Amino acid sequence: MLKAKLPELAPAGVAMAAPRWQDYVQLMKPRVMSLVVFTALTGLLAARVPVSPVLGFVAVLCIAIGAGASGALNMWYDADIDARMRRTQNRPVPSGRIQPGDALGLGVTLSILSVGMMVVAINLLAAALLAFTILFYAVVYTMWLKRSTPQNIVIGGLAGALPPVIGWAAATGTTPLNAWLLCAIIFLWTPPHFWALSLYTTGDYAKAGVPMMPVVRGAASTRRQILVYSLILVVAAVAPAFTGLGGALYLAVASIGGLIFVSLATILAFSHAGDVIEDQASGLYEVKTGVKSARNLFAYSIGYLFALFAALLIEALAHLPALTL
Amino acid sequence: MTSPNPFNESDEAAKARRLRSIAIAVALAGFVILVFLVTVTRMGGHVANAPHI
Repeated sequence: MLKAKLPELAPAGVAMAAPRWQDYVQLMKPRVMSLVVFTALTGLLAARVPVSPVLGFVAVLCIAIGAGASGALNMWYDADIDARMRRTQNRPVPSGRIQPGDALGLGVTLSILSVGMMVVAINLLAAALLAFTILFYAVVYTMWLKRSTPQNIVIGGLAGALPPVIGWAAATGTTPLNAWLLCAIIFLWTPPHFWALSLYTTGDYAKAGVPMMPVVRGAASTRRQILVYSLILVVAAVAPAFTGLGGALYLAVASIGGLIFVSLATILAFSHAGDVIEDQASGLYEVKTGVKSARNLFAYSIGYLFALFAALLIEALAHLPALTL
Repeated sequence: MTSPNPFNESDEAAKARRLRSIAIAVALAGFVILVFLVTVTRMGGHVANAPHI
């Protein structure tokens, strides 16, 4: 089926399009990778133990490459879905710039390299967690959950939530409660973030046959669930200030940021965002009448997560004390 | 003598292939440097005088 979508090889003597190195970079989902690097680095530094700069860099690099490998495996397997969605149809595999086998090869090679390097240079626990994360994203989320249940991004979100735990494990060789709190924050953040996005890309997901929550349960149910997850999220996000992880800056960011998050989720819950499924215009971030509240929450959620982890990072780098409440 | 265009490809394709080759070379060189630095960091200094050698 895939082959039918890919360009045929050019006959002898006729020039054919060649993949550019940038296509291979795109295969590794650099934007997702940057978020992974940021959260992993926060986990590594929030542990507050002395780490060799070289080994710290290698640990974060391994996590980044592992994330890139997951991205390549995801693009290999999901090429049929990506080809049907406007947001993803220009990705390297569905557009024919990279052969599916090459994407698979890159994904497998980078997985082995990143986990192997983690074993040799860092420690077994961090390597095992990295291997689990790659397998969970590529196999459990991509191959199974994504096409079978509206809970796909809820459960699959674990893969995106683990990098700070891996970073912490790389620094200390252990994964205490505070490391798992960081994981819980990203895990609980994922549903409101992606469901807000899916409320204004419902048409695309329906066309591709992906059972996203608004497609299966409807927009009203999705908006309610976003609000419930948002309430749990903001409580969990304040928790590090009471467990010896976050300081005054973190508490301020989590409190004020959480209030704004819940306000936006409440506005969305009482809106009609996603009620009318329309064929989408091309821009992912394009604001359309009726879905502005969904777009606002989606955009804000990115800044909110960034601010939480940035606060922890600043406190760790500046050696600011954690709160002792 | 080597043909200037052994793969019978367009200028654009040749340029893309050359840049891919450079990217692979840079990645390989980076990997070698990384392994060297990790080795030095893990083994520490004065390896020749280490008691277990």
